[in-house]
Amino acid sequence: MDDFIAARSQMALSLGFHIIFSCIGMVMPFFMAIAHFYWLKTKDPVYKNITKAWSKGVAIFFATGAVSGTVLSFELGLLWPSFMKHAGPIFGMPFSLEGTAFFIEAIALGFFLYGWERFNPWFHWVTGVVVGISGIVSGILVVAANSWMNSPSGFDFVNGQYLNIDPMKAMFNAAWFQQALHMSIAAFAATGFAVAGVHAMMIIRKKNVKFHYMAFRIAIVFGAVTAILQPFSGDISAKNVAKRQPAKLAAMEAHFKTEKFSPLIIGGIPDTLTKQVNYAIKIPGMLSFMTYEDFNAEVKGLDQIPKENQPPVAITHYAFQVMVGLGVLMMGIAVLYFIALLKMKKWFSKVWFLKLFAWATPIGFIAVEAGWTVTEVGRQPWIIQGVMRTADAVTPMPGINYSFYLFTAVYLSLSVMVVFMLYRQIKMVPKLYNKDVY
Amino acid sequence: MMLYVVIIYLWAALLLYLLLGGADFGAGIIELFTTEDNKARTRRISYQAIGPVWEANHMWLIIAIVILFVGFPGIYATMSVHLHIPLVIMLLGIIARGTAFAFRNYDAVTDNFQKVYNKIFVYSSFITPLFLGIIAGSAVSGRIDPHANTFLSAYVFSWLNWFSVSIGLFTASLCGFIAAIFLIGEAKHDEIERKRYVRKAVQMNVAAVISGGLVFVSAISDGIPLVQWVFGNAVGITAVSAATISLIILWYLIYNGRSKSLRLLAGFQITMILLTTTYKHYPNIVILKNGGYLSLLENKGTDKTIEALALALLIGSVFILPALVYLIYSFQKKGNKQAV
Ligand code: HDD
Ligand code: HEM
Ligand code: HEM
Repeated sequence: MDDFIAARSQMALSLGFHIIFSCIGMVMPFFMAIAHFYWLKTKDPVYKNITKAWSKGVAIFFATGAVSGTVLSFELGLLWPSFMKHAGPIFGMPFSLEGTAFFIEAIALGFFLYGWERFNPWFHWVTGVVVGISGIVSGILVVAANSWMNSPSGFDFVNGQYLNIDPMKAMFNAAWFQQALHMSIAAFAATGFAVAGVHAMMIIRKKNVKFHYMAFRIAIVFGAVTAILQPFSGDISAKNVAKRQPAKLAAMEAHFKTEKFSPLIIGGIPDTLTKQVNYAIKIPGMLSFMTYEDFNAEVKGLDQIPKENQPPVAITHYAFQVMVGLGVLMMGIAVLYFIALLKMKKWFSKVWFLKLFAWATPIGFIAVEAGWTVTEVGRQPWIIQGVMRTADAVTPMPGINYSFYLFTAVYLSLSVMVVFMLYRQIKMVPKLYNKDVY
Repeated sequence: MMLYVVIIYLWAALLLYLLLGGADFGAGIIELFTTEDNKARTRRISYQAIGPVWEANHMWLIIAIVILFVGFPGIYATMSVHLHIPLVIMLLGIIARGTAFAFRNYDAVTDNFQKVYNKIFVYSSFITPLFLGIIAGSAVSGRIDPHANTFLSAYVFSWLNWFSVSIGLFTASLCGFIAAIFLIGEAKHDEIERKRYVRKAVQMNVAAVISGGLVFVSAISDGIPLVQWVFGNAVGITAVSAATISLIILWYLIYNGRSKSLRLLAGFQITMILLTTTYKHYPNIVILKNGGYLSLLENKGTDKTIEALALALLIGSVFILPALVYLIYSFQKKGNKQAV
């Protein structure tokens, strides 16, 4: 494997791994806070058990999220030293603020995990909420750093020199808000569906039904509300992409020819040689309308972008289709949930209804990974859009392929371990908590 | 002005990582060198002591690295390129340790897997500070060669040399020493337990003296002016003397059955050691083969960046420090009888 490809793959692997844990680290504290709140209010021990069971899982996810994040902060330099040398001082602001957010999160987590029966119950509750809030803040900050790579600002690029650096301007670049919003909603939607799905599975198996049913109810509310919001936020993101990265939008849509009244292309197999998309559904004028709110607007196609500045079309297009497809699916499931909640209470005990959620367990996370593929692959060949090429940023050290194999092995075994750990956690629920309830 | 704020934070983050993260690594090192039947007890005590602060202890490394890449990107980039291999090994250590710690404490079932986590935990507790020391040693060893043209000279001999390895061993022994002192304090109500940790402290102290000696010997044979860095200036001499005196006081207190102030004294020693080793070649934190060096004062980001970074650090501390102090205080004072 070529060193450059190896470096890109290793970065993608590490981020793709970290994002799962960080989403859970951001969102689960809120689920726990709700269960914890009900426990403090109603003194129903099932809620306490849910909080405790979740908090053990979260402790495992946290540790894994923290180490994979630590690895990332080194990897930026290990793999992309020339990028960091120039970008560090410009996009470093969110990272330095993030340090504080992480720290608060780690401290609050210490209070929360070890503070049972030790502090005033409401102080203890608040520390749990602080974990969640600082998690969200760190997520927003790191995405602000990433959005700078898509929409660089806060400096002047003159003859290869980075002048007049303004870290605040860099942080609040033209893409940060759209990306941070979309990412935060995604974290809730993905985690909500995943947690609800696991509990739905346990209800189907008739294990500790009361426990799992109450847990399901908490998780799915978050998942369903955000799944309905997400396509709207995605629409805002797409309009933003059209402005700042027309090449990325063209690749997402497999939109080869610049034209007015552009069709929206759904699915299909893009062929870069013939510049055709085979087997696709085309809705005439829809792309123009969705990006510019005008059916007659002209949408820039790949033909306007020099060949050497074009991102890989197929990957970007497929990833975008996967994300949007799953997004629409999740919205549909969320609508069914609200129908059940308001009109069809009996659905909640129906196996088909629970199975729907059980099958939907991974889809939010698949959408998250697909979305990041769109963002990152769609930016290629640039590491900083229009300023620095990814190929110029890579480390001069040879043999990165071995490092990639090594990290692949490490992350694979870690994933297996975490899944195994969770499996044991869930399997033990009856043994650990049966005494006081059921 | 703001530049000095940033540099002080960088130094303080390194010191705190060495002290707090170090105690944490050291607990694992002690477990590694403990007989089988005492391992479980050490594990329990160290878990009780470390559990609540464990995530926070490792944040200091993140703070240091962020300061480095935001404030001093040239230094971060050079180290990342030429010390790639030891950095990767250290990261593997961090991954293994962090996850093994979580797995062994939160696994719902207790069976033979525990043995696996424990093994991983203790070995990575040793390897991580070893390589941390190797990285620090290599930075000042004058072996990093930006113009090297073979793989070995560019990426391997930059860190694989006696001096760097001795510093690594010295760092690991210091971690073990801090942890032993810390655990003596934790075990103050249990005479047998306390004696065990006193013995560990003796062993770790001996290991530190031996590896410290090795550092000097290898420095002399590698032509690194360590003696001059340490003894060639008033600050160095004062710090070394202060460290030695405090070590004598420390042992006096331990053998008289006292548990108070031990931690403060040990912390003071580590501070003095870091001060001596960094003071004289400051502001150059990377020394290159061709005699060049990377200075903190020259390889910095623009003024605006440094200002923003300093502000972020200052504002951050307003939130972090009180919360951290309260966390440590509440779990120290009330003891940590039960966890999740
Ligand atoms: C639960 C996950 C999830 C779901 C259901 C969706 N997305 Fe998404 N999307 C993400 C998770 C995500 C993400 C992984 O979080 C990304 C990557 C970067 C970012 O900011 O969010 C993303 C990026 C992203 C981008 C690129 C932004 C950029 O490069 O700055 C666009 C245009 C969309 N999304 C649009 C949509 C649309 C129209 C959806 C309609 C259903 C949709 N997304 C559903
Ligand atoms: C967590 C979600 C993320 C995922 C799944 C992700 C995924 C990816 C992928 C697939 C690539 C390889 C692209 C290619 O080479 O074709 C990549 C590259 C990269 N990403 Fe991300 N990314 C994420 C977030 C971030 C963030 C938050 C940052 C920085 C703050 C970042 C920085 C980089 C860098 C520096 C590269 C290498 C250069 C490049 O290929 O452009 N990524 N990432
Ligand atoms: C979109 C991408 C990312 C998101 C949403 C994200 C979010 C988060 C969150 C919420 C946490 C704390 C929760 C947990 O530990 O599980 C975390 C941990 C961490 N992240 Fe990320 N992150 C992203 C990418 C990155 C990148 C690119 C870096 C490094 C450059 C990074 C560095 C870290 C570090 C160092 C930690 C550990 C902090 C600790 O010890 O608590 N993250 N991330």
